[in-house]
Amino acid sequence: MRPFEEDLKQLNDLLQEMGVVVARSIQRSVLSLVEKDEDYAHQVIRDESRVDQMEIQVDEMATSLIVRDQPVARDMRLIVSAIKISTDLERMGDLAVHIAERSLSLMTQPQLPEHISFEELSSLVESMVLRGLECFVKRDPAIARGVLETDNSVDKARNAIQRQLIDLMKRDTASIPRALDTIIIARKLERIADHATNIAEDVIFLTQGIDVRHRNLEVPEAVA
Amino acid sequence: MTPTTTPDTQGAVQSAAPKMRASNINFYYGKFHALHDVSLEFATNRVTALIGPSGCGKSTFLRNLNRINETLRDTRIEGEITMDGENILDKNVTEIRRRIGMVFQRPNPFPKSIFDNIIYGPKINGMLRKTSAAEVVEKSLRRAALWEEVKDKLHESAYALSGGQQQRLCIARALAVDPEVLLLDEPCSALDPIATAKIEDLLVGLKNQCTIVIVTHNMQQAARVADTTGFFLLGRLIEHDKTDVIFKNPSKKETEDYITGRFG
Repeated sequence: MRPFEEDLKQLNDLLQEMGVVVARSIQRSVLSLVEKDEDYAHQVIRDESRVDQMEIQVDEMATSLIVRDQPVARDMRLIVSAIKISTDLERMGDLAVHIAERSLSLMTQPQLPEHISFEELSSLVESMVLRGLECFVKRDPAIARGVLETDNSVDKARNAIQRQLIDLMKRDTASIPRALDTIIIARKLERIADHATNIAEDVIFLTQGIDVRHRNLEVPEAVA
Repeated sequence: MTPTTTPDTQGAVQSAAPKMRASNINFYYGKFHALHDVSLEFATNRVTALIGPSGCGKSTFLRNLNRINETLRDTRIEGEITMDGENILDKNVTEIRRRIGMVFQRPNPFPKSIFDNIIYGPKINGMLRKTSAAEVVEKSLRRAALWEEVKDKLHESAYALSGGQQQRLCIARALAVDPEVLLLDEPCSALDPIATAKIEDLLVGLKNQCTIVIVTHNMQQAARVADTTGFFLLGRLIEHDKTDVIFKNPSKKETEDYITGRFG
């Protein structure tokens, strides 16, 4: 294997490792919320700096490859995608930290008077994140397209939680601060799903050279 | 600038009004079949780059475009090459070479002054009756971005110039007869990066005045200067498309393997 190809493989491996750490943080942030577990929240917060370091490392490797090898075609697409995916992963890691912090805050307050289920939203989001990583690892645009199609369901699940909490706030003003924290958590989960969508779009670009951002889903279907 | 062309299913690039068109070119050095059924269009006022490994046929193809290959013994060409719709293989070769200029890999100025190098072509083509020699020299050197550097030493030997200046002198010499097409065979391979950058800037400026075809081993050069790029392999044109497409997402595996250095 040429040194350039070895470097590309290292970049690919680092991105996968970063994806694993971020996916674990997202999972733990949800567990900290649902199971009211402080340890999970602290683990997420601790892992943030590792994710940040990995983002910097990906950027350094990618820029060195550009300078030294002037990559083209699929090599260029991998490097461009790596820079964008690492940015998305880093933001997802930040959002997991925000969820963990809000969960810790909620743990110090009384429970809301009615149960708010995060089951649907969190499972959709976690599935999108895992499939987003899977499509990158397997270089599979079909899985990527599946991720894009899930995004609407996430929006619906988030809206359902938001509606329930707005109704609750209207009935019980004392619960407003806790309900707002919970709405923000739902919003953070939805944002994580948006970043997973970005990764899926990057994988379509990486594998097929097609830019599907800001387009109707019918476009990639036509060229897939 | 992105060319106003669209790729067709064969990977060729269609143009509304191609300046030149090569159709089904087969070329032989004796019994050796060097080019296999190559068809390629050259859009007017565009730069087309031809890339490929050594021995792939790109220079052979280029040299057919102004019939320089006819100077070699025991060669044979089949197919048609047209310029403005007329088959150049049937035309007067001297006239064809005036209309289709050529610059080679190594600068090859004549052992004359800078002035005489430029004026040589217009003189033998009887072009000096309408314009004065001094005007032709200044205009050509300005077009080749060399005037400011040599205007005070026009009667000194061309050999006194640097390699990059000599190559621009050769371009100026080719431009002096107002060619409609300019062919360049690895024009920067013997030049340093600064001289190379000057030639590349020059080509981008020149394409408003003529149609340019450049053979290059430097893929970054093709990416920088060419509107469309054709990839040759083993005497065949594998793919021809917009340069952006070739270097971002080529359609043929052979092209991708070559440009990413995985060829072979």
